[in-house]
Amino acid sequence: MKEKNVIQVKDLTKKFGDFTAVNKITFEVKQGEIFGFLGANGAGKTTAMKMLIGISKPTSGEATVANFDVYTHPEDIKKNIGYMSQKFALYDDLTVRENITFFGGIYGLSKTKIKEKAEALISELNLQEVANELVGSLPLGWKQKIAFSVALLHDPKVVFLDEPTGGVDPITRRQFWEMIYKNAHNGTTIFVTTHYMDEAEYCDRVSIMVNGKIEALDTPKKLKEQFNVENMNDVFLKLARG
Amino acid sequence: MKRFIGFIRKEFYHIFRDTRSLFILFGMPIAQVMLFGFAITNEINNVDIAVFDKSKDATTQEIINKIASSKYFSNKQFITNEAEIESVFKKGKIKAVLVFEKDFSQKLIKESVADVQIITDATDPNTANTVNNYISSILQKYGQEINKDIKTPYKIIPESRMVYNPELKSVFMFVPGVMTVILMLVSAMMTSISITREKEMGTMEILLVSPIKPFQVIIGKVFPYIFLSIINAVVIILLSIFIFKMPIEGSLFLLGFESILFIINALSLGILISTMSSTQQTAMMISLMGLMLPVILLSGFIFPIASMPMPLQVISHIIPAKWFIIILKAIMLKGVGLSYIWKETLIILGMTIFYITLSVKKYKIRLE
Amino acid sequence: MSISLQHISKSFKDVTAVKDISFEVKEGELFGLIGPDGAGKTTIFRILTTLLLADEGTATVANFDVLENYKDIRDNVGYMPGRFSLYQDLTVEENLTFFATIFGTTIEENYDLIKDIYIQIEPFKNRRAGDLSGGMKQKLALSCALIHKPKVLFLDEPTTGVDPVSRKEFWEMLKRLQQKGITILVSTPYMDEAALCDRIALIQDGKILQIDAPKEIVKHYPKSIYNVSANNMYKLIESLNEYQHSYSVYPFGEFIHYTDKRTNFNPEDLRKYLEDKGLKNIIIEPTEATIEDTFMELAK
Repeated sequence: MKEKNVIQVKDLTKKFGDFTAVNKITFEVKQGEIFGFLGANGAGKTTAMKMLIGISKPTSGEATVANFDVYTHPEDIKKNIGYMSQKFALYDDLTVRENITFFGGIYGLSKTKIKEKAEALISELNLQEVANELVGSLPLGWKQKIAFSVALLHDPKVVFLDEPTGGVDPITRRQFWEMIYKNAHNGTTIFVTTHYMDEAEYCDRVSIMVNGKIEALDTPKKLKEQFNVENMNDVFLKLARG
Repeated sequence: MKRFIGFIRKEFYHIFRDTRSLFILFGMPIAQVMLFGFAITNEINNVDIAVFDKSKDATTQEIINKIASSKYFSNKQFITNEAEIESVFKKGKIKAVLVFEKDFSQKLIKESVADVQIITDATDPNTANTVNNYISSILQKYGQEINKDIKTPYKIIPESRMVYNPELKSVFMFVPGVMTVILMLVSAMMTSISITREKEMGTMEILLVSPIKPFQVIIGKVFPYIFLSIINAVVIILLSIFIFKMPIEGSLFLLGFESILFIINALSLGILISTMSSTQQTAMMISLMGLMLPVILLSGFIFPIASMPMPLQVISHIIPAKWFIIILKAIMLKGVGLSYIWKETLIILGMTIFYITLSVKKYKIRLE
Repeated sequence: MSISLQHISKSFKDVTAVKDISFEVKEGELFGLIGPDGAGKTTIFRILTTLLLADEGTATVANFDVLENYKDIRDNVGYMPGRFSLYQDLTVEENLTFFATIFGTTIEENYDLIKDIYIQIEPFKNRRAGDLSGGMKQKLALSCALIHKPKVLFLDEPTTGVDPVSRKEFWEMLKRLQQKGITILVSTPYMDEAALCDRIALIQDGKILQIDAPKEIVKHYPKSIYNVSANNMYKLIESLNEYQHSYSVYPFGEFIHYTDKRTNFNPEDLRKYLEDKGLKNIIIEPTEATIEDTFMELAK
């Protein structure tokens, strides 16, 4: 069960004119894995991720997400993945409950299902008291936790998280990672793009992109051994500085 | 002073690098003048009318000839009974029917009052209105001609515009309006947007934490737009003189002075708007809804103020554009001097001072 | 003292942004405000840069009062706000020239100070600021904040959203500026950057948790911390949370930082407990407290 690949990428390439943003990247992500997708600003992470979530067509190479081909079935991919980014996660001017209902509706959940899920989510995150308050009035850490749960509403096979915990206080950040561990344990694949190296330390495996190519791919532990350094930050510095 | 010049230089960089806005800035006046001058016109030409003459005497004949011989109307049909009136309108070609009462000539002489009814097809109210005005004025003129001693037999309100625009060229009416709209738009909207942009981008924060003084920031922001607005005003005037052959009767110097006064008025409004809004979007909405619409609708530019309901007439008094349009028309079409428009000038000046005072009071040297 | 705050409080409507904050920064010191988003860091910066008025308390910057001598402060400080705040449609050089002019100076006059930094972006001086990468924008913003040779430099989250390479370079630049005698107040949500400051204030929910040198702060951590790992992270966390003696359980990358309630804690007891829970490849080893551990302990 654990060995099934949920994301499979081979020689995936994206060119903009004569600029190669993503250059023949190859990797696979197993079911229930927490996969860190790292790189500096402009290294090509965002472009690669856009191809995987079906909103950008690759120039060449192969990729399947949740067993759907990115060329031929982008719409099926969208139904089977969740997405959460630090920049946009929830509508600040809607209440917690309205956000849940809205996103549940987008993914075509039935009314009863949405209600059921909303109650489960609210009790799990202990949000009873703020369920009818505007999301904008909540602390950032709470928002991120709710956003993550909302991304999971339709039981996606893969969840893409874009810098999920930047700027969040240390305790909430750990609660967030505990949620990630729990969902990964239950079989959801987690794909984290980030350039915060401390987020990378939590992943099962990480890939590091430099100038459109994946320059390293392994568990954080092995990467640290390989480069003979203390933390992922130094791994990154060694790779990026050449 | 060096700081100030540096600031203005930066503003010009912003303006000239934003090619899209620049295009709108200079393309718009030309497009608007052309649009109003050529396309949107309320002149009428060769409008088909019908006549129902119950009197059929020499006077009515003369009147009908007068109307039909003008280039505005052509008499297509004589009607012989009431029922036909409706049927000719239904066919759609005839825009107006003139109905002379029985014994028209006799009544005019005996009672000095005779009735003529002008029935217009008001499905197009603008044309109907214009047709009505034109016919009335021809009738009135005729009334004056035939008997200078007797009171004019018809109760007609003369359209004052015709007096100063004898050829009834609507473009002459639109030029002052278009000029007002454009000066308002460029000055108020552009400055309010450019100041709020600094807030939105966070650069205002840095400017505040620097030795540059707030009034230098404001004047520096406003200065380039005074310059651009003057160019715009000149372009519009040149267009109207050379393309539409519009005469400028009054003094060009006075015209320039009044224009600059109005530009400063609009700029200070722009500053006031910027003190009330924190994003470019809000500034734009306030400028559009709060300034543009009143300028277009309530200033007398398109709809005559005299025919507005009382509350709107009252509101129109506080719209600077109204006064500026009066000034422009007075200078351009009537050729009057400052002695005739000092009141309007003072009103605009007063409004400007009011806006500036309010802006200075509202302007924050800190973030809250 | 280069910066001094005494009992500063500030509220926005019904939200208290900072509450009774006092600290001092010595001349030439590199002082860090460490805390998550919403802790009140930006409010403190804005009060010190005279952009906001405190509800209560007094503050001075370079011996000028933030209320009475705000104009003097504005002449003497450099400020880099939290987000990129330069003119995106102006080129690198035009931005720098503009800020030099409004501070009544020229690039040439203070070139020495910014040379190290500016030289790295000089090849792109004709490029518009909006087209620069995150790291280069940050260098340009720092150059602009320094162009008038300020006595005190305020940097509000300068490294947020910047990749590790640029972050490292940035801190190296700050160290060099400090040697030139500039007092620097910097804020960051990254606990790992705290170690690079001379002294730090840990701040959360508008209150200061602790002020000290980073090394002193971790020294005062009251408990022994153990790194724990096993084959299944989720089960490990669950088991540790259920363990009756556990005091705190925090994931730290590949390990869990575990502290025990008991003073005579024996790791073997815990190992046995975890083995009974069915976990394998268990590692339990003592480790050093980090600033993040301290922060969480204080914020608890």
